[in-house]
Amino acid sequence: MSDIKKAFENGKAFIPFVTAGDPDLETTEKLLIEMSKNGADIIEIGIPFSDPIAEGVVIQEADLRALASGTTTDKIFEMVKRVRSEIKCALAVMTYMNPIFVYGTDKFMQRCSECGISAVIVPDTPFEEKQELAPYCDKHGVELVSLIAPTSHDRIKMIAKEAQGFVYCVSSMGVTGVRSEITTDIGEMVRLVKSVSDTPCAVGFGISTPEQAKKMAESADGVIVGSAIVKIVAKYGKDCIKPVCDYVRSMKEAIS
Amino acid sequence: MSKGKFGVHGGQFVPETLMNAINEFEEAYNRYKDDPEFVSELDFLMREYAGRPSRLYYAEKMTKDLGGAKIYLKREDLNHTGSHKLNNCLGQCLLAKKMGKTRVIAETGAGQHGVATATVAALLGLECEIFMGKEDTIRQALNVYRMKLLGAKVNAVETGTMTLKDAVNEAMREWTNRVSDTHYVLGSVMGPHPFPTVVRDFQSVIGREIKSQLFEKEGKLPDVVMACVGGGSNAMGAFYEFIKDENVKLIGCEAAGLGVDNPKNAATIANGTLGIFHGMKSYFCQDEYGQIAPVYSISAGLDYPGIGPEHANLADTSRAQYVPVTDEEAVCAFEYLSRTEGIIPAIESAHAVAHCIKIAPTMDKDKIIVVNLSGRGDKDVAAIARYRGENLYE
Repeated sequence: MSDIKKAFENGKAFIPFVTAGDPDLETTEKLLIEMSKNGADIIEIGIPFSDPIAEGVVIQEADLRALASGTTTDKIFEMVKRVRSEIKCALAVMTYMNPIFVYGTDKFMQRCSECGISAVIVPDTPFEEKQELAPYCDKHGVELVSLIAPTSHDRIKMIAKEAQGFVYCVSSMGVTGVRSEITTDIGEMVRLVKSVSDTPCAVGFGISTPEQAKKMAESADGVIVGSAIVKIVAKYGKDCIKPVCDYVRSMKEAIS
Repeated sequence: MSKGKFGVHGGQFVPETLMNAINEFEEAYNRYKDDPEFVSELDFLMREYAGRPSRLYYAEKMTKDLGGAKIYLKREDLNHTGSHKLNNCLGQCLLAKKMGKTRVIAETGAGQHGVATATVAALLGLECEIFMGKEDTIRQALNVYRMKLLGAKVNAVETGTMTLKDAVNEAMREWTNRVSDTHYVLGSVMGPHPFPTVVRDFQSVIGREIKSQLFEKEGKLPDVVMACVGGGSNAMGAFYEFIKDENVKLIGCEAAGLGVDNPKNAATIANGTLGIFHGMKSYFCQDEYGQIAPVYSISAGLDYPGIGPEHANLADTSRAQYVPVTDEEAVCAFEYLSRTEGIIPAIESAHAVAHCIKIAPTMDKDKIIVVNLSGRGDKDVAAIARYRGENLYE
């Protein structure tokens, strides 16, 4: 069983996201270790990109802070490799196609594999372009996460049939960011996935409160939270470890 | 399956949220592009509203002054709204209307595409919102007011370098937010398929007119067709008709800013490397980790770190040649054309004029160069005055 599949065996999965290098890599290192001890089942590590078109302003700013602190893809891999044994959960990388392609897709997936990163999430690479990634993911045993959106409708089954790791259900229209209300029929999206695949479904985009997480977990197998955590990091800077972990624990409890 | 490929370039690298919208757009384009009613509606607007065909003007004084090849200017600057951008906007907005969309959004650099989109939106009764880098709203303040006058909402984008690249980011983000009633009128031959093809087709009227007008005047094909290139829509429009005519040399003029060896430039073919961004595989100015470079040009319309995928392929196959032109060379050409022919070109188009000034004297007198004069320069007068040290503000 893959690390990602295993992560969904512990009740509903809680999947926090952090931008690597925000405010610096030492803080990210501590966050990975501590979040894994405080309820994270998979951690999504964001490799910062200069122009993240699927992100709202919170993660855009985190990416710029991370790049300004000198964070690079190589430094992120080095850090993860060094502390991997202390991180007690599965890891996935979230970044855009360009940082992967320019690094060299083959070399990128090889580095993921060496660092114990089980999956990649690439929001600007849809089903039609997956050949840009899939052969290299397969070669190095890294799972390629597929995204489905509220507009996907008749595309959901096509995407789900070939899904690996987990299916990332985008809860709302627009970019990442905290939302007061989520109106998409997540239950229907998940039902369509489940009709053709046994790949777990995790919901992301817009989720910030334990109540929202609990509601999402009623129909999905996991909940992804990004901007709400990045906001805590932005507020507390290097002192964010405790408030982030308190938050992660509360979210895991809410969906358990 | 990856679609919309030009050699290795192109594709559809967009968030899943947009896939049905771009598929729907592609289907609508394929359905309407040869539909007699759509074609005649578009022809009517091109003729009666835009003022097409635009003139192919023999620049006799310039030709004599430079003493070499015969120079013709394709006067896209004489189109309604003052640039070639209207050709694409009329096509895409008419298509959006057929698709039942009630709102259009667009990015703009110099403001020419924003003005053209706002104009057609007003004409066709569509709601319109424009995204423009804050830096550009300052450089091109007059165009911001024009868009507002035309009923559009203008959003000043304050992320990144606050220029064209950031305006595209923000327009894409807005499109993922609201696709059901909204069409994104992409302004250049870039972005995800089908945009590079659709925009090229709507702009290809430029090259078709050049060919027939020159045949009427000279009875032959041009030796060189040249145009400025940012994303590359006016160049693609001018080149496309001539790609099969192998003896016609195609030259794209990129913005080299302070020089190709200076970090402050936007010359993508000269300095870019292969990447995948803004929906397409193509060449981009970027670092070794794929972070997009903060490019620079005096021309807001060419201040873009990428180039359309079909141009990237024309460069790979050497069918077209791409040359860098600096700010200083473009400004000199801007002044030269104003003084010599009484035509004030857009600072974007002045990049092509600058290269023409370089090569025309080296060519025989029986050779013909066509320069696509993509826009007029009224919008640039204040910026050029400031470049020359005059304290002129609009």
